[in-house]
Amino acid sequence: MKRRTIKVDYLARVEGEGALYIRMKDGQVTDVKLKIYEPPRFFEAFMRGRKYTEAPDITARICGICPVAYQMSASQAMEAILGIRVEGPLRDLRHLLYLGEWIESHMLHVYMLHAPDFLGYQSAIEMARDHPEVVQRGLQLKKYGNEIVAVVGGREVHPINVRVGGFYRVPTREELQSLVDKLKWGRDAALETVRWVASFDFPDFEMDYEFVALRHPEEYAILEGRILSNKGLDIAVHEYDDHFEEIHVPYSNALHSRIRGRGSYLVGPMARFNLNFDRLSPLAQEAAREVGLLPPCRNPFQSIIVRSIETLHAFDVALRLVENYDMPDSPVVEAEPRAGTGYGATEAPRGLLYHRYTIDDQGIILDAKIVPPTSQNQKAIEEDLWHFVPQNLDLPEDELVWRCEQAIRNYDPCISCATHFLKLHIERE
Amino acid sequence: MTKAKAVRLIGVGNPYRGDDALGLLVVQQAKERLAGYPVEVREVAGDMTALLDAWDDADLAIVVDAVVSGAAPGTVHRFEVGETPLPRAMFATSTHALDVAQAVELARALGRLPRRLVLYGVEAGRLDTGSNLSPEVAQALPQVVEALCRDVLQALQGPD
Repeated sequence: MKRRTIKVDYLARVEGEGALYIRMKDGQVTDVKLKIYEPPRFFEAFMRGRKYTEAPDITARICGICPVAYQMSASQAMEAILGIRVEGPLRDLRHLLYLGEWIESHMLHVYMLHAPDFLGYQSAIEMARDHPEVVQRGLQLKKYGNEIVAVVGGREVHPINVRVGGFYRVPTREELQSLVDKLKWGRDAALETVRWVASFDFPDFEMDYEFVALRHPEEYAILEGRILSNKGLDIAVHEYDDHFEEIHVPYSNALHSRIRGRGSYLVGPMARFNLNFDRLSPLAQEAAREVGLLPPCRNPFQSIIVRSIETLHAFDVALRLVENYDMPDSPVVEAEPRAGTGYGATEAPRGLLYHRYTIDDQGIILDAKIVPPTSQNQKAIEEDLWHFVPQNLDLPEDELVWRCEQAIRNYDPCISCATHFLKLHIERE
Repeated sequence: MTKAKAVRLIGVGNPYRGDDALGLLVVQQAKERLAGYPVEVREVAGDMTALLDAWDDADLAIVVDAVVSGAAPGTVHRFEVGETPLPRAMFATSTHALDVAQAVELARALGRLPRRLVLYGVEAGRLDTGSNLSPEVAQALPQVVEALCRDVLQALQGPD
């Protein structure tokens, strides 16, 4: 009987903290456990007793990378209770703000965290020494995403301008116009990025995922839509809890999500790309065809190409939104609180982000539920490793560990959304 | 007459992660103490590549963050960034995607370090979600503000 043990204490380039444990015996994987510490659980309790108007700002603090996503899902849920809809230029501004966050988040992951894997670097720092112009391009792309968030959201980190019903203040046409040249540069640089990452070598690895994402009749869904999957799911957001459940796993204080009666599923860029390819901007679709990546994409390592295509889409659509913007008369749709339960789901950079709130007639929050994308993907990450490790057992020890780290980084697991220090332990018995 | 020096105070952290809020609190308090002086304040959370933009073209940048190095909570570490890499373990903490030490090395590789860079790291006692500052770190806070203000005033009054 062949026993081997590998332990790695720090998994670099994942945004956050958690632990992964893999055990093998005679070349067979006998256990995979992803252990994650999950702040949303704390925030759910923290929200109770607070005013409904506080939900967007408080939940935005769950994640340093995707605060806008939290603001949007929270606002949508509260607006559903209040019976208001945010439309026209206010909705366009939200769309723009959210695209800015996608750009920031995707470019951080593609250039700083994920690309070094494919080019054989330990980190973006080594990559920057050899390819400074490439890393500068990534940082510039990300910075333009930040600038969109700063102009619409009030500031780059933790935008303060979003409120239930709209915004505290809307930008003038001139303020948005200041973005036009940057967005045009970004669109070109994003296309270069698609071509660059498509030239990488990808491990031959595919999984039969159930992809879950929002779908919208006209847009590449980000702000709203029905929840769809490639295996027959088609539900309204308020039906989420009827179809998805969260299971407590004893080895982690995070909850694992699954589709009732079926099991794991995958949210995020690959799910969106596969379900909504026809809603990508024509330029983004063309770029995908040019590099030969068409749905269905089932190789998680290729998610770096999908993120780059989504970034191109984001710049393209942002430019159109900026050019067509007319300042609305009022920055907000006003409404009085009323008792009820509301549901919100939007597409965070890492995938579907679900919020549910119950408030009383004074607008006090009685109950809150938040399901972030990374906790929905945890089971899929584990299943990838169950399959990936046996296929790569002939690799030397350090390379196998490296590959496992990559397999996790494919998901861009999020900093404070779901993880708390990823320590990797592979034990071979 | 010489051009006024560009001084940036950069607070790193998350106000809902216990002692991780420290960096933000220090730069806010230092800003009040330095009212009237040409000092800009930036806050950075989550993504440390933003540090490169925060200290772009600065003559002096001072970064304040919570750190975990094994020292007693509340211990104040001060580093003047020079030729050699930072002790990686010191700033490799926490909830930030690319940590502060990596951001410094990334900036070095790209030629984007400020003219002078000082890092204050305060040993964290607790980094759990939502908690307040630990007593040790709360006690260290005024001392860090004081030291940081002294750095700034010396730089503003000193020769180029």
